[in-house]
This record gives sequence, C-alpha cells and structure tokens, in this order.
Amino acid sequence: MTTVDTRSVTATGWTVRRSSRASRIGSLALVAIVVVLSSLPQVFGANVVQQMTTLLILVILASMWNALAGYAGLVSVGQQTFIGFGAYGTIFLTQRGVAPYLAVVLAAAASAALAAALSPLVLRLRGGQFAVGTWVVAEAIALLVVLDHGLGGGTGISLRGLNIYSPQVRRAYTFWLALAFAVVLLGLLFLLLRRRTGAALQAIRDDEEAAASLGVRTMSVKFVVFVLSGFGCGAAGALILANTLFIQTQSIFGVQWSAYMIFMVLVGGIGTFEGPIIGAVLFFAIQQQFADSGAWYLIGLGGVAIAFALFLPRGVWGLLGDRRQIRVLPVGYHLHRRPSNPAVTEEA
Amino acid sequence: MSVVNAIVQGILLGGLYALFACGLSLMFGVMRIINLAHGDIAVLGAFGVWVVTTQLGISPLVALLIALPVMLALGYGLQVTLLARSLKAGELTPLLTTFGLAIVIQNALLQIFSPDVRSLGAATGRLSIGSWRIADRLAVPYLGILVLVLAVAVLGGLQLMLARTRFGREMRATAQDPDTAGLVGVPAPAVYAQATAIAVGTATLAGVFLGIHASFAPSSGPTQLIFAFEAVVIGGLGSLWGTLVGGIVLGIAQTLGALIDPQYSILAGHIVFLVVLASPRGQLLWRRRAAGSVAA
Repeated sequence: MTTVDTRSVTATGWTVRRSSRASRIGSLALVAIVVVLSSLPQVFGANVVQQMTTLLILVILASMWNALAGYAGLVSVGQQTFIGFGAYGTIFLTQRGVAPYLAVVLAAAASAALAAALSPLVLRLRGGQFAVGTWVVAEAIALLVVLDHGLGGGTGISLRGLNIYSPQVRRAYTFWLALAFAVVLLGLLFLLLRRRTGAALQAIRDDEEAAASLGVRTMSVKFVVFVLSGFGCGAAGALILANTLFIQTQSIFGVQWSAYMIFMVLVGGIGTFEGPIIGAVLFFAIQQQFADSGAWYLIGLGGVAIAFALFLPRGVWGLLGDRRQIRVLPVGYHLHRRPSNPAVTEEA
Repeated sequence: MSVVNAIVQGILLGGLYALFACGLSLMFGVMRIINLAHGDIAVLGAFGVWVVTTQLGISPLVALLIALPVMLALGYGLQVTLLARSLKAGELTPLLTTFGLAIVIQNALLQIFSPDVRSLGAATGRLSIGSWRIADRLAVPYLGILVLVLAVAVLGGLQLMLARTRFGREMRATAQDPDTAGLVGVPAPAVYAQATAIAVGTATLAGVFLGIHASFAPSSGPTQLIFAFEAVVIGGLGSLWGTLVGGIVLGIAQTLGALIDPQYSILAGHIVFLVVLASPRGQLLWRRRAAGSVAA
C-alpha cells in the first residue's frame, strides 16, 4: 500500500486528505489564470484593463468580507471604513509628496493599522451589535474626513500625480498592482485557512462559546482576520481611487459597499474560498448589464441576496462543489475510504 | 443660557430617539436579532402616513390611526414570512436578510416617491411649530414635549406589559428559552410575530414624529437605525428605561455638539457612543453577552 504524506491513516480504514486531484488541477489552473491575467494589459486596450481592475477589486472585497462573515462569523456592515480610509490615506500621502503607487501600498498598510486600533472596541461586539457597531465607526470616520478641508471636504477630491503616465501605462500599472494585491491577499487568506487558524475560525463561526471552551483563543484569531480584512479593504479602496482618480466622501464611505460585498458572498457561497470569487465575477457581469436601471437594480440585488440567504445558503459554489466534492483550493479536510483494504471493517 | 437651551432640546430629541430605539431593543431582547431594516421600516411608516395625509387631507396624527394597524399587520407578516425562516437558517442569517430588506424598502421608496425630502410638519399645523417661551433664549416646543411624553408612555407601557400581563410573561419566557416555553404551551412563533408587530408599530410612530419634527426622505432609514442602536447601547442592552436614558444622552450630545458647530452634531453622538463602548460599561456588554438578559 502506498502512503502519501498528505494523508494521515486512521485505524478505521478512513483517510483524511487535504488535497484531491481536482484541487491540484484547480491550484495549477489558478496559477495559469494569474499568469494569463498579468499579460492582459499587453493585449487589450485601456478600457478593458480598467474594467478588469474593477473586477479584481470586487474579488478582493468579496474575499475579505467572506473572511470575516464566512469564517469568523463577524457580519460587518462597516468595511467601508477601510475602503474610505485606504482611498483618503492615498490622497493624504500623495499631498505630502509620496509617489502615488507607493502611497496606495502604504495606505493599505495604514488601514491594517486602523483595523488593529479599532479591534479592541468593535470585537467586543457580536452578531448584530458588531454589524451596526462597525457601521457607526464608518459614519464617524466619514464625518471626520468631511471636516478636513485639505481632503476636499464633502465635495470630493482627485488623485494627482498619476498624470505623469499616459492613460494606457497608468491603467496597466494600476491593474498589475491590483493583481498583486489580489494574489497576496488571497494567498494570506489561504495560508490562514490552511493552518490551524482555519479550523479555529470555523469553530468560532459555528459556536464561539464552544470554541472557547475547547481552548481556541477566540479574540486573537478574530483579531488576525479583522486586521487582514482591514488591510484588504484598505487596499481595495486605494485601488478604487487609482482606477477612477476621483472619490467623494459619501460614496467611498457609503454603505452600498457592504451591500455589494454581502451580495457577492451570498450569491457565490459564504464560507467557501472559491465562492466569493465566483460571486464577484457574477456581480461584475450584473453590474455591467443593469447598473443603469437605478433603484430597480438595487431592489433586485437586495431581493436576490435575501433569496440566497434563505434558500441557497451555500450559494452557487456550494451548489456545484457539494455535489461533486470539488475544491479548487485545498483548505478543508476530506474523509476518504481507503481503497483496497478489505481487512479493515467499519467498527464503531 | 444657550447651553441650557441645547440640553433641553437634547432631552426632547432624546424622546424621539428612544421611540426609535424601543422596537429595536424589544426585538433584540426577545429574538436576539438586530433588525437592520428598522430605520427603513420607520421611514416606510412615515411615507404611509404621508400618503394618507395628502390623499384624504387630514392631520398626520389622524392618518397615523389608519396607518398604524396596517403597519402592525405588516410587522406580523414580516416575522411570519421572512424572519421566521431566517431564524431557522442560522444565527447570522437574520442580519443578512434584514439588510437585504433594508435595501429593498429604501430603493422601492426611492422608485415610488423620488429622492425628494418631505415633511409632515406643515400638515400638522400649530402643534409642530408652537412652543412655550420660558425665558429669553429658552423655548420648549409643544411637539418635543408630546414626543417625550409619548416615548415615556410607550416605554412604560411595554415595561408594564412585560412585567405584569400574561402576554408579557409569555414573551419573557420565550426570550429566555423558546423550547421550554413551547413545552409549557407558549408557541415561540406567535410570540415572535407579536413582538415584531409591536416593534414595527413603535418604529412607525417614531418615523411619523420624525416627519413632523423635521423631514424624511427614502434614504433617511440607515441614519435612524444608527441613532436607535446608539441609544440602545448607551443605555445598556436589555433595559427599556436604559433605552430612554440612552436616547436622551445621545440627543444632548448632538445638540451640544451642534452648539459648537452644526457639523459636529452627529459626530458628537457617534463619539459618545464609542466612548461608552470603550468604557468599563462596554466591557460589561461584552462579558454579559451570553447571560441572556431579557428586554424587561
């Protein structure tokens, strides 16, 4: 009998596997997708590149919201705090002579620091209290930004300093930066889920008291995810600014970002690694198609999100993955009956 | 004197916030869910009264008598359809569905009524603008007193109902342990539906008085939800009289903030909320999370 090092053999004839053929193929496919995407600016025009940057930003946002809600059980309605902070942080730094793309990276790091600073406050709250508590924080920080006339007050402000590049070059750089952030953030999330923290996070989501009683250090695990999510949302906000070059306090700190994130994650599949990516792609397509329909579009988004939460809680990916046991990325554990071992019988 | 005036206005404003908050507090106390559509439901109620007022040409206070039963029924229906399913689906699902509902209500109102800001003040007449002039720079508006009295009456009524009546006992029993309550003949779904109906009814009252006191638009809901939530947390979760105190503290913070600069008004409220959250009291909130305190 061959024993592969990724399997741990138990006495009952079942093996625990972390990866499968599908996940090995899937992981390779993801690497291939990243390679293909990175050559995109050389092939397509500036408009397509800008759209694809938007898609990458949505992927980042959905994955970061899912890390909170799907794994740590923290439903946030206030991640726009970090989106806005990342964007305005970039403006703040460029006004002080920092190169724009460096400012994007630094502003994302500053958003992580903000998340760390806020965590003792908001991580006290659970469930609905956490949801509204984070929302209040977003509103408070938005009001503080409006008070600062150097940041354009409530009227909005443009990102200067990127006009040294031609539009084609600028959009290519922004796209590559977004791709780099997406890879790094999803990579960090993957490592977090793959390690012991992944199991701890899901335990917290399912029952925080029970997890704590089994020795899970709930606060420190939640802290790590909250900071990662703050970092990712800050990066997304800074990239939104680099992609559109203009932001307004009301829209960058708007609660509609939370609505979009919830929609993407619910439709894609909450609590799965792949679901939010699918959700982001679907949302991107829907946005292209219906964004001009105004209020009806948002009524539709809300209605679909409710329907998924109630009737398809595992989303589109859950529908596909559950039936076929497909995992593109090996973050979970799977039980397999050891083949060719008739000597072992099932005993309780 | 202007500081005294700001505090008086803050207390009166606090009555309105307490009215917004008590439904939120009740639903959290009984079902452990925070209804993220609470503010939008209040605005929906205000639009309902606005339609009745303009169609029939009657006072908003009379129109309220027509709209209130409709909203109570709507609340009952909301629980039976959406929330009951959400509660079954998991701990976090009610948050997701009520947030979805908030978006649907807000945009449906936007589609029907346009983003225009409306007020019920003019239709209410003298009540909405009159006041007792006590001193040179101190006036007490009739409406503020009415709202504060109403808030005390609603909160006191709820408190009495929870403490003294059979229905209140059933509600407390269900809040503590729905399964055991079910065993002794108190069906949780019915209690939940009644609690939601009451919560939607009080939200409607609050929405209408917001419309008389100031103005409202389809996008007003989230702000009212946030104020209500702040009032609940400042006053201490799970206590109705605490909610009144919380509303008043929030109201005073806002009017005092506005005294420095109108821009600081809402920010001052947020800061008081965050300070309370950071204080030992906020710590208590976190520690007591599993204790299962009841709304009474």
